[in-house]
Amino acid sequence: MTPTSNHSQSVSVEVRGLRKSFNGVAVLKGLDFKVEPGEIFVIMGPSGSGKSVLLKHIIGLETPDAGEILIEGEPIQSSSVMDKYRMAMVFQSGALLNSLSVGENVGLYLAEHRLKPEAEIRRIVSEKLELVGLKGLEDRSPSELSGGMKKRVAIARALVVDPQLILYDEPTSELDPLMGVAIGEEILNLKKRTQATSIVVSHDRDLAFGVADRIAIINEGKILFIGTPDEVKNHSDPLIKKFIHAELKKT
Amino acid sequence: MFQSIGEIILLFGQALAALPLAWRHRQKIFDQLFEIGNASLLMACILSLFIGGVLALQAGSVLVQRGLGNVIGGMVGVSMCKELGPVMMSILIAGRIGSAMAAEIGSMRAYQELDALRTMNINPIHYLVMPRVLAIAIALPLLVIFSIMVGWFGGALVAAYNKMILISFQSYFNNLRQVVDLGDVANGLIKSFAFALVIGVVSCHQGLQTIGGPRGIGRSVTKAVVNSIVLILILDYFLTRLLINL
Repeated sequence: MTPTSNHSQSVSVEVRGLRKSFNGVAVLKGLDFKVEPGEIFVIMGPSGSGKSVLLKHIIGLETPDAGEILIEGEPIQSSSVMDKYRMAMVFQSGALLNSLSVGENVGLYLAEHRLKPEAEIRRIVSEKLELVGLKGLEDRSPSELSGGMKKRVAIARALVVDPQLILYDEPTSELDPLMGVAIGEEILNLKKRTQATSIVVSHDRDLAFGVADRIAIINEGKILFIGTPDEVKNHSDPLIKKFIHAELKKT
Repeated sequence: MFQSIGEIILLFGQALAALPLAWRHRQKIFDQLFEIGNASLLMACILSLFIGGVLALQAGSVLVQRGLGNVIGGMVGVSMCKELGPVMMSILIAGRIGSAMAAEIGSMRAYQELDALRTMNINPIHYLVMPRVLAIAIALPLLVIFSIMVGWFGGALVAAYNKMILISFQSYFNNLRQVVDLGDVANGLIKSFAFALVIGVVSCHQGLQTIGGPRGIGRSVTKAVVNSIVLILILDYFLTRLLINL
């Protein structure tokens, strides 16, 4: 996995018969879907439905009990895939290293793998932070940032890899609506700029319908439906309708 | 339990295998060395001064009654080198540094920082475990040398000024020089090096195994300290048997 200065060539992701259990409890019960190159694919579903576990499988942080994940047709379990394709993940909490400054967090991948000289890393860090609207914050500590800023730093850190596949885990959770919109715009801008394939896990309906090319609805470890935002909105399945149109009503 | 022992041995092997990367991670090793020294030096000084003093007080009063007051220096010297210096310092470091290691790595695990490292193809064992284990393996023997010397001095102070003993500095250190040899100091250093590896690997292992949030981190810290101390005391017996003739 070596970053390039050129724009990414996006990759396809295929999930086949993916199953995973923790302590005998089945979390993923046989998932099958394919994400096309350059697509923004949103996975929606209630809390505890297995969305984040699925994302961890796609980036290789979890090993499936059964089934496989193919990146450009090659199984992710083979070590060459992780080296061959550039992938990055934006974690729900941002997962910034608290012992490092913002700049060190963003440049960590380049510095640890000694891919660029120090001055060049500083330049790239500054450039990526500018892309997410956080120019000049290199020396700040992650603890000094708001939730939205942390997420944007995490996006900048992901961009350093120049990813062909970028995974977002609940990118708008714990954010106010304005910041949620800003993050959604960021995801769309990134797609335009890098053409990277994006997989977004979220239960934020506004974000999903705003950015998705296709949406998968997942519940209790199974995929209920995959379709465009309009197809999902108009779907007749009661579970999907309930999830998509859930509203608080005053009695 | 056997699974944990297996994991600890495996982690130790992985940390050893990462040693060729030590130069690349030298800044992290220096940071850890500073952290260990900065956090422990004052405590080590106070602890060792009083351990040496108590040794001299307990043994001195009995030895003086039997006309053996002039052997106090050697007794305190050997006890500090072979047993009390390495064991007490290791217990102090397990409590002060082992707990900090388990807490830091545990919170990194709980807040997905370890996952973030893995997604960047950064091996947490190279990045976190090896620098910590190496730093503690360097720092603890140095702290033990410091502790031994302060302990000797503490014993000398009590021997010289306690009315029940009243052995001069010169007599105390003459006897110490006659009794304590390089083998005794080496004995303590070998023990402290082994104890340092135990503290480093056990604490990092507990940190990496953390499950859950703050409660899980707390559990890991407690386990890291307790397991380290238990292993230090068990290992101390076997090392003492092994090194008894050194």
